Amino acid sequence: MCSDFFIPDPEGLVPTADGYFGAFGGTFIPEALVAAVEEVAAEYEKAKSDPAFAEELGALLADYTGRPSALTEVPRFAEHAGGARVFLKREDLNHTGSHKINNVLGQALLTRRMGKTRVIAETGAGQHGVATATACALFGLDCTIYMGEVDTRRQALNVARMRMLGAEVVAVGSGSRTLKDAINEAFRDWVANVDHTHYLFGTVAGPHPFPAMVRDFHRVIGVEARRQLLERTGRLPDAAVACVGGGSNAIGLFHAFVPDTGVRLIGCEPGGHGVETGEHAATLTAGEPGILHGSRSYVLQDDEGQITEPYSISAGLDYPGIGPEHAYLKDSGRGEYRAVTDDAAMQALRLLSRSEGIIPAIESAHALAGALEVGRELGPEGLIVVNLSGRGDKDMDTAARYFGLYDTDARVEADASADGAAEIQGDAE
Amino acid sequence: MSGTVDLLNRTLAAARAEGRAALIAYLPAGFPTVEVGIEAVKAAFDGGADIVEVGLPHSDPVLDGPVIQTADDIALRGGVRIADVLRTVREAHAATGKPVLVMTYWNPVDRYGAERFAAELAEAGGAGCILPDLPVQESALWREHAEKHGLATVFVVAPSSKDERLAKITAAGSGFVYAASLMGVTGTRASVGEQAADLVRRTRATCELPVCVGLGVSNPEQAAEVASFADGVIVGSAFVKRMLDADGDAAAVAAVRELAGDLARGVRRSG
Repeated sequence: MCSDFFIPDPEGLVPTADGYFGAFGGTFIPEALVAAVEEVAAEYEKAKSDPAFAEELGALLADYTGRPSALTEVPRFAEHAGGARVFLKREDLNHTGSHKINNVLGQALLTRRMGKTRVIAETGAGQHGVATATACALFGLDCTIYMGEVDTRRQALNVARMRMLGAEVVAVGSGSRTLKDAINEAFRDWVANVDHTHYLFGTVAGPHPFPAMVRDFHRVIGVEARRQLLERTGRLPDAAVACVGGGSNAIGLFHAFVPDTGVRLIGCEPGGHGVETGEHAATLTAGEPGILHGSRSYVLQDDEGQITEPYSISAGLDYPGIGPEHAYLKDSGRGEYRAVTDDAAMQALRLLSRSEGIIPAIESAHALAGALEVGRELGPEGLIVVNLSGRGDKDMDTAARYFGLYDTDARVEADASADGAAEIQGDAE
Repeated sequence: MSGTVDLLNRTLAAARAEGRAALIAYLPAGFPTVEVGIEAVKAAFDGGADIVEVGLPHSDPVLDGPVIQTADDIALRGGVRIADVLRTVREAHAATGKPVLVMTYWNPVDRYGAERFAAELAEAGGAGCILPDLPVQESALWREHAEKHGLATVFVVAPSSKDERLAKITAAGSGFVYAASLMGVTGTRASVGEQAADLVRRTRATCELPVCVGLGVSNPEQAAEVASFADGVIVGSAFVKRMLDADGDAAAVAAVRELAGDLARGVRRSG
């Protein structure tokens, strides 16, 4: 199990000692946090070479999270993907319903090793917040979750889950009132409480060592998927596809495939209402290099370095930054990134629900929409693995409003009278 | 044209020669408007500030508490641009002959271009820059341009900074050292803790630079207390709060002058 998340530092797959992936990464943090971040880095280095840490994390992943997660082939969905074979890596089946738990359990163990008693975290869709609240309940840690006000409304179910688990949820009303602002507020908390608090950062952004550490805790996704695909199909996929907000589930899937140069690594960014409208969160497609939340990467910003407000129907992808390793993969040409609109994602969400009986998170639906495109580009010989990073329960209110599924909505009747088969075939176009 | 780092050094040395701490005010440019912001900086000097830090507002001020966040927000909604910040520096320095620094986050400077920003800040008569999210290990590029253009690079040190790191930071810094009095974001506090005095002592052991204390200082009593162990007292949120609470632009400018006067008396009655 140990080898599934800790890598023996193969060349080119790890950042430099100061946390750079090519031109991206680094440590752009206030002096007050330097000691704490260095402590995290030092403790993580120690933990990586401690067999007891790997053993405990491995046991938690197996017995608590339920790893390895399933790999599901989805032939009825794949009919709409140019006939390519499509497999889903089922991170939605993990305990708490998304990939986020992989990283959270690793960092919760690290928190305990550092002797800290309180954990703070940011959350967008609420999945990282729920996973963090879960781990804090499991380990008896105090827990405060920062969440943008806009997101507390659109992901109300997850707010209730976090509170049920004993966490304090703070609704952040500054800025765009979404994920970026939740991170700002968490940093402010951390600066003031760093002596006893660990900031359990939820994605592969932030200052070194977070991009590499969070990546390592998630790379089990790709390691398992690669092994499962080889067992099932006897070959590597043509493409690995994942959604990217901050980029944690994508890097988790991609990383084991980076040395396999025949495998295209395709990240699907939130295109919102379309990149051309300006209402999107497609950072790699439309952003420029800059510094946000502790590292240099691509950022959505204006010509004077003010961060612009992102937009996505998906709370988990509604972020104007991106992990530095993705910026590196993009600039080196190893990774490909494309924007997927709200509408394309929502159609893919419904298509998977109705063709395979799997309701994905809206975040993951961006990857599914991307896979439909990629499949058509590859044709019937293609083989695609998609990271189904989370389940869609939390998104049912958004989806019900989008598709008119509530009884009070007149659109229900129209929807019910439509030809189901035609919908499955037509709506993902 | 070269920046005014020498003026900054002379100003701090003069305060030391008088046996007192310097008073350093922080005011965001463009707040509540560019014009009133410029008047506020002049009023701070008029009231008795020795040095002013002009804030370049940022959309994501992670090191600032609610007061300065609010001011930044007002300034950005008003459309403040870097040219306005530089004009604030130029006019305040030209009118008073006193040292004016810029304090901001790294991304606006990085995006504008470190070399271009340093050149234009120097051209405006600026004395230096404080970039609290640019730690020393990432600062080589900025320092190269700052030095070339006669600008000070003021680093922040924190109570959590270990002695070895303090030495590394102060070796790279110039002008003065900004000692954060406590672990936290900007904002007024009821008291300035003992850890500030300890940090000043540990910082002084590493360098000859003046050590000025900021974060949490809001009134003459605190200013006097800090002045008893530091070379300078930095006050920001208290000025901004007075301006936010004032009824109209003229009252806001007058409130800055009045607070600067009170604080200037505070830094003179220490010891």
